[in-house]
Amino acid sequence: MRTSSLLVYLIALPLFSSALLLLLGRIADKWGHILATLITASTFVIGVYEFMKMHSQPSGSRAVTQKLFDWISVGTLKVDAALLLDQLSICFVLLITGVGTLIHIYSIAYMSHDKDRRRFFAFLNLFIAAMLLLVLGDSYLNLYVGWEGVGLASYLLIGFWNHNPTYAVASKKAFVANRVGDLGLSLAIMICFAQFGTVSFAGVKAGAHGASSAALAGIGAMLLLAACGKSAQFPLQSWLGDAMAGPTPVSALIHAATMVTAGVYLISRSNFIFDASSTARLLVVIVGAITLLFGAIIGTAKDDIKKALAASTMSQIGYMILATGLGPVGYAFAILHLLTHGFFKAGMFLGAGSVMHGMDDEVNMRKYGGLAKLMPITAVTFGLGYLAILGVPPFAGFYSKDKIIETAFNAGGIKGILLGGAALLGAAITAFYMTRLMVMTFIGAKRWKAGSHPHESPLLMTLPMILLAVGSVASGFLLSYGSALVHWLQPVVNSQSMEEGKPLMPALTVSLLALGVVVLGAFFAITKYRSVSDLAPEDVSIFTKAARKDLYQDLLNDKVFVEPGTLLTAGLVKTDDRVIDGFVRFVGNFLAATSDVLRKVQNGFVRSYALLMLAGLVITVIAVWVIGA
Amino acid sequence: MFTMPTLNYAQLAPILIVLGGALLGVLVEAFFGSKRRGPIQITLSLGTLVISFAWLLRIRNDISATAAMGSVATDGFGIFLQGTILVLAFLAVLLIADNDHFAPAVSALPGSEEEAAAISSGSRTTEVFPLTLFAVAGMMLFPIASDFITLFVALEVLSLPLYIMTGLSRRRRLMSQEAALKYFLLGAYSSAFFLFGIAFLYGYSGTLSLTDVGTANIFSAGSPVFLYIGMVFLTIGLLFKVGAVPFHSWTPDVYQGAPTPITGFMAACTKIAAFGALLRIFYGAFFLMQYSWKPFLTTIAIITMVLGSIAAMTQRDIKRTLAYSSITHAGFLLAGVVALNKAGLAASMFYLVAYGFATVGAFGIVTLVRDSSGEVTDLSKWAGLAKKSPLVSVAMALFLLSFGGVPMTSGFISKFSIFTAAYQSGNIAIVVVGVLSSAIALFFYLRVVLTLFFQEAPTDGVSVVIPSIMTRIAIGICAVMTLLLGVYPSLLLNLVDTMSTLVH
Repeated sequence: MRTSSLLVYLIALPLFSSALLLLLGRIADKWGHILATLITASTFVIGVYEFMKMHSQPSGSRAVTQKLFDWISVGTLKVDAALLLDQLSICFVLLITGVGTLIHIYSIAYMSHDKDRRRFFAFLNLFIAAMLLLVLGDSYLNLYVGWEGVGLASYLLIGFWNHNPTYAVASKKAFVANRVGDLGLSLAIMICFAQFGTVSFAGVKAGAHGASSAALAGIGAMLLLAACGKSAQFPLQSWLGDAMAGPTPVSALIHAATMVTAGVYLISRSNFIFDASSTARLLVVIVGAITLLFGAIIGTAKDDIKKALAASTMSQIGYMILATGLGPVGYAFAILHLLTHGFFKAGMFLGAGSVMHGMDDEVNMRKYGGLAKLMPITAVTFGLGYLAILGVPPFAGFYSKDKIIETAFNAGGIKGILLGGAALLGAAITAFYMTRLMVMTFIGAKRWKAGSHPHESPLLMTLPMILLAVGSVASGFLLSYGSALVHWLQPVVNSQSMEEGKPLMPALTVSLLALGVVVLGAFFAITKYRSVSDLAPEDVSIFTKAARKDLYQDLLNDKVFVEPGTLLTAGLVKTDDRVIDGFVRFVGNFLAATSDVLRKVQNGFVRSYALLMLAGLVITVIAVWVIGA
Repeated sequence: MFTMPTLNYAQLAPILIVLGGALLGVLVEAFFGSKRRGPIQITLSLGTLVISFAWLLRIRNDISATAAMGSVATDGFGIFLQGTILVLAFLAVLLIADNDHFAPAVSALPGSEEEAAAISSGSRTTEVFPLTLFAVAGMMLFPIASDFITLFVALEVLSLPLYIMTGLSRRRRLMSQEAALKYFLLGAYSSAFFLFGIAFLYGYSGTLSLTDVGTANIFSAGSPVFLYIGMVFLTIGLLFKVGAVPFHSWTPDVYQGAPTPITGFMAACTKIAAFGALLRIFYGAFFLMQYSWKPFLTTIAIITMVLGSIAAMTQRDIKRTLAYSSITHAGFLLAGVVALNKAGLAASMFYLVAYGFATVGAFGIVTLVRDSSGEVTDLSKWAGLAKKSPLVSVAMALFLLSFGGVPMTSGFISKFSIFTAAYQSGNIAIVVVGVLSSAIALFFYLRVVLTLFFQEAPTDGVSVVIPSIMTRIAIGICAVMTLLLGVYPSLLLNLVDTMSTLVH
């Protein structure tokens, strides 16, 4: 396999710059954001260079590695700190560094009034470093380090304005939910080591053929749990909505384009596990299907523009997860949707940020309306992203989402119909809530608060939005022209072209069906939300109420986990206090009492000391005599 | 008939150099005025120790059992301990050199006019330097002595100066003198046991040579009762010196009463010398009869570890706490003696070095913490010292954590290796008790650390004097060694491994 000494800089550069900005403190306030942006841009340059080099190689020998050092060598466990850049990870590297660079540029303007802008950029760079480590690690353990790193960066950035207690709670919630997923990943790693004696991707792949189905299902289920935590999938989805507490560029980069798709990466990377275990695949499609509907339904009732987008993200990742669970045919489409989604969702988040920037950080869409005229660039770029997510041809989402719906229908039998139906229904609801968002924000009557002066954002913000909009338009076509991405990823995920299966219905039918439900959903939304009140109506159906409450996800978590957990903790604290501490205190008191007695023996009189020595002597002589005889 | 002894002066030279330096020091006392004696004595003492150490390095590979007609055995083990004693004595002399610790006129009554006159005239006690050198000579002879008479002579040469030095304290003089008298009385008492034991062993075997007593067990027809009595009496004389329970009673009182640099010196160096002799006797002379003494020495070790650490828990004086700490360490070191394998010997050697540095350093810091009336050893006064003197407090914490055996300090490696050796010898009981008493011991070390760092300073608090350059060097070296041997122990582990050889 080829090696490249450049890979390490992808991680080292942003890590170094992050440490520098944090250590220098206020000294770096003036130029910290510029350094951070340049560093991220340079990682993008490295990524492009590596991509060019990789592209010039024949399909079978494109992967490159770089061994950094022997990391762990204990008994039979040997793990190198080594990086692997192959066709799958280069997709992520380009997405992370490319979108990352745009969002760094955007943040320079967006965060210009924040006195802690330097710290913000330090965390962003930390995130870039960790995320790149996640996708570049050549073993599950290396990936795990990056996995934890992005969790940390996410936590720090959600709680960036932690002087607001709600935001601080949101960051904690995200962290805890992620910990549950992390537990899954660490268990999966442990099972891998127990089963295969190695945790490297290559080693596990080699061993997966001969492993028992129970072990494979176990690893698969634990990996899925990990993916659920990081990618906000059912049942660990509850943190994503609250994570919108972070600054909007963070929502765009971490909670839309990159980090939350780590679960999709993990499952695609572990394709050898899931290919070998139908049980694990079934779990994956169930999770994906539930989440795509779950997110979409929540999206219909949210008035907070960022939370509506967050629900949409959850739903779109549900599509990707669903696709990965469909076996070898699905991985490439999952990655395709991931990439197109990275463009259009990041673009829409930046658009939302731009709207908030113009509306004094107002997030309630009922206070918007008619913004298209005043913010034309924002409206147009957002609109292109909107067309992309709806899957209107020829925008990006059309190429990726329709393929997923089509693949789902072709899964075969009743399963295929259920999954395909869910995906199709999801597309309709997506059209509904996205149209609702568009209409309430950019069209219709002005419902602004008094004193609002909406205005278009500066060039530093609109430029990234424009570039991302270009991606929203063109990325889907470019990536799927001649099945480019499918062939590109073939050596890694063993993807097969669609024609080999027996399709339930022709591709054109699926596309027309999808387009039909999308138009239906959009039309319904336009008629319903052409004019809305600036206050949310109270007399709504039970379903709307449930959707507003995120389908009672928090209530469920509280009742099932938080309250029993609190009780358990209280019980343990009491046990610790009375039983364990009680014992310790008893030992301590006993020893202290003994110590006091010994102090009395030490009375200061030489005669007593001499007597004690003599007694010791006599006893010893007798004892030795007895033992000797 | 008396034959002319043949002596190999090259191999005896390290001891002879120190003795010569001591004698020169006596002459300096006689011929130089009180003002000039101080610097001369300091230079002389340090120079003597350095020259002796240099000579020791020269002869480090000359192994011989016949350097003095079979009376001393110069081998890796002996030379290593001699070197350790020289290095620690050097550091102790640096602490002793601080003028403030010793009474200006020792013979004057405390509070008398003579004393006041001596103070105002600015005279200082410089006899402490030759006395130290005499003690060092005795300590160097003790671990290499290979017949009982030499052993006894070495014991007295090292003890007598210490009795005097204990009584030299400048402040709290009555306490100091009481301690000196106690030490002398009990030391004489234990010397009598020691000598009595030698007599019994001679009666049993008809020889004074350590080697011959060992083999006599197999061939002689002497009564084993003589052997047992002789062995126990002799051992108790040595256990007194190392401060093993129940022969430890003098330790807290003497450690508290003696001038603090002297306490550091004797806590470190006497223990090394005495354990050197103990190890040589039990690994050599009494090796073949180990089944008769192992149970009793194991019991002593266990009692010492447990009672030492328990008694330390409620101490309120830092010097007494450190005294009990030294008693506990004697127990741990006895575990190395009863291990009776090469690992045990090497571990004990490592332990003595690590313990010696931490001890000299800890007592060095005690000399720095003072109020207007001199050193403050009451622990409650030490509260919150870390805020005022972070560096000194961190160094003290380092030494205490090393005593407690916390990883990354030399104490951890020494405890670990000595327990490993004990475990390999099959003595599980001593390992279990050892680990448990380490836990108890950690309580009082951490209590001091807690006092230093996490308690509010009292209003009538103490201050840390700015240490003289010599004190600074001594404490600095001790701290660096304590940390270095914890982080990079293979430096010394390899050395003790090659040096742990005994000749008979």
